[in-house]
Amino acid sequence: MIAQQLLNGLFLGAVYALFAVGYTLVFGVLDILNLAHAAIFTAAAFAAFSLSAAGMPLPAAFLLAAVMAGIIGILLDRVAFAPLRARNAGTLVPLISSIGVAIIIGAVLRGIYGVDERHFTTGGLDTAPALHAGPVTFTTVELTIFLSAIALMVVLSWILRSTALGRRIRAVAEDRVAAALLGVDLERTIAATFFIASALGGAAGVLTGLEYNSVTLDMGGPIELKGLAVIILGGMGSVTGAVVGGFILGAVETFAIAYGLSEWRDAILFGVMFALLVARPTGLFGKRALRAA
Amino acid sequence: MSGAPTLALDGVGVRYGGVAALHGVALAIERGHVLGLIGPNGAGKTTLVNAVTGLASLASGTVALEGRRIDGMQPHRIARAGVARTYQNIRLFGALDVAANLAAGAFARPGRPAEADMRRALERAGIPDANLRARAGALPYGDQRRLEIARALAAEPSVVMLDEPAAGMNPSETTRLVETIRAIAASGIAVLLIEHDMPLVRAACDSVVVLNFGEVIARGTPGEVARDPVVVEAYLGSGAEALA
Amino acid sequence: MNLLADFYAKHSRLIDQIGINAILALSLSVSLQAGQLALAQAAFMGIAAYVSTILALNAHWPLLATIVAAVLASTAVAAILAYPVRRLRGVFLAIATIGFGEIVRVFANNLSITGGAEGISGIPNDATTPVIYGALALVALVLFGLSRTKFALAVALVREDEYAARGVGVDVGAVRTAALALGGAIAGLGGALYAHASFFITPTDFGFPRMESILVWCVVGGVTSPVGAVLGAALLSVLPEAIRFLADYREVTNGIILLAVILFAPGGLASLWQRRGAAAAAAAARTA
Repeated sequence: MIAQQLLNGLFLGAVYALFAVGYTLVFGVLDILNLAHAAIFTAAAFAAFSLSAAGMPLPAAFLLAAVMAGIIGILLDRVAFAPLRARNAGTLVPLISSIGVAIIIGAVLRGIYGVDERHFTTGGLDTAPALHAGPVTFTTVELTIFLSAIALMVVLSWILRSTALGRRIRAVAEDRVAAALLGVDLERTIAATFFIASALGGAAGVLTGLEYNSVTLDMGGPIELKGLAVIILGGMGSVTGAVVGGFILGAVETFAIAYGLSEWRDAILFGVMFALLVARPTGLFGKRALRAA
Repeated sequence: MSGAPTLALDGVGVRYGGVAALHGVALAIERGHVLGLIGPNGAGKTTLVNAVTGLASLASGTVALEGRRIDGMQPHRIARAGVARTYQNIRLFGALDVAANLAAGAFARPGRPAEADMRRALERAGIPDANLRARAGALPYGDQRRLEIARALAAEPSVVMLDEPAAGMNPSETTRLVETIRAIAASGIAVLLIEHDMPLVRAACDSVVVLNFGEVIARGTPGEVARDPVVVEAYLGSGAEALA
Repeated sequence: MNLLADFYAKHSRLIDQIGINAILALSLSVSLQAGQLALAQAAFMGIAAYVSTILALNAHWPLLATIVAAVLASTAVAAILAYPVRRLRGVFLAIATIGFGEIVRVFANNLSITGGAEGISGIPNDATTPVIYGALALVALVLFGLSRTKFALAVALVREDEYAARGVGVDVGAVRTAALALGGAIAGLGGALYAHASFFITPTDFGFPRMESILVWCVVGGVTSPVGAVLGAALLSVLPEAIRFLADYREVTNGIILLAVILFAPGGLASLWQRRGAAAAAAAARTA
């Protein structure tokens, strides 16, 4: 029983982690809380739905939707954040403008798709065979989703650690002014960061849509706020922290549901997050100092 | 009024992490007196001011304002008790206008300052003709520094601590600053002046305390201190310009 | 005269909504003026709505008494919340207050006295238009009066530079608490009125989407003046209705307006008004 719950928690956590990583990447590099992240998550799910309904095989739809999400992320930066950077508007104003973009994306999705729930009709998602491995049971779909999320996070880790782009991103996150002085092209690095973060967030959206075989306008709501808790838990700006935090959240949620605390699980989660903020704003892994006014 | 000095530090120590930023610092300032605080970069001068104003907590020692201990008090209470300061990197309320900055300076006093009071503060700070409606952040650099001084004076404090007020000023502005500082002291305020500009220190200060590595290494008149071999060593040793 | 009566009859619900939304926008403006992005207004609104509703339905208190009790409750909660968040700034404060809002929502969702997820219905509809706009006028008056006091100066100083504010004797902690409490009181007023202007209330009425809306109204209208809050709430409440032809896309204009304001008129719509006023005055002075 415990093993099964742990596995469920792992599967759930993987997607939370994938979503949270995009959040924390943008915060780490720009000190901005991007509240359009969840809207991009949802948009990618709808995009994958449309692509798949048009006949594209699921893996291709998944990748293309993630890429589209990445492009939306770049546009988001151009429209809502870059002009504010140019006039030194601080960190709270971009948060509000991200809400503006989220509203626009939500409204466009609503206009295109209406309010009905959509389902993926291909790929036999609802009839996937259940596999057994010792005490645990899971479907091939669940396993594929889990592995996809892990694969993406591994790719991200490789990018950040081993590529020139990754070094540039880390440099800008550490000290934007110094990085610029050392010749890093800020705008291109920031654009790349948004592409990666939004592509990952979009991927999380597609995977979530596949997991429950449901794509709705408000699917981004719960994860948007839980994502906040994850990055506080893991430390703002820490990618490792977001991953670990995502898995912890997945596990806590799964066990809470299993042991009958389901209705209170959000309160527990946010209560822990609140307590953490009060006691240790930098979270488990975060190195970011508290930003006093 | 007791015979206690206006501001007295005794055995003051401040730690940041494991490092002692200040250790065993003692000094005293009287009303009408200008005390210079000098020392190489990183010696702890601004830390000392922060310790007095309550922004840095004391690991040891006491700070007394006219005989009353103020160490451990919250910063805003210390300000209300009559301690005012300017900042090394100007901290005006840049988006607000000159009048608002002066009203801010006088915040702890009852009511709001009248325009005449504001003019007086500006005059004492050397910018009598400043436009009250001008945005503080839009003023020329030298005027901003003086506005910070005016803001400090608006509080009618017992003690004013000036943290490198001459930074960025040219020689003629610096000379004018000497007169401003001496006039402030003459009006019955105890003045602590942190500076690197030695001619300014020599002209404006009655006495000088020298800090290095968080400790007082010398004190006396500006002339005595300039000739003190320990002081010269400290400056030359750290690569700073000699006390010419 | 008949035309006006007809217009009101057709749109009374919208007109009431605008009034309440304006009160809510004003409640956030206080915290924003102190430089705090404290996003708990929706929670304060919800607490007051439930208190007011429960007292009206279970204890049969008259409207005014329930409103007073509701406002006291939301103010107390806000004042208490100020303590644990006293060291949080910027994004961290925003997230903590969002978390608080979620905790309140879960409680409302699970307690029997709040009716759980289904909420409470059958609320007496006694928050009429005069009551709502009377309350709005009261709030505007109070804020206008405060804007002339030292408290307003203290709020501005805390917003501009906390350290320098301490250095001139401002008790930053007390100012932040007072701002949060005042915001809680006004949001509570809005919440109580909301309950008595709706037939039912549910926990989802007071969640993060509501908080986002309040933030948008406040920012679009302009934080620094009561007129701005009313403008923002009015515009963004009316617009989706007025452009029904855009059907499901109509919310898109709210997002576009928000972005436009942020990018081109950061002081909000009210600042545009002030700019026009200032320009007109300058022009008049030139020709005089």
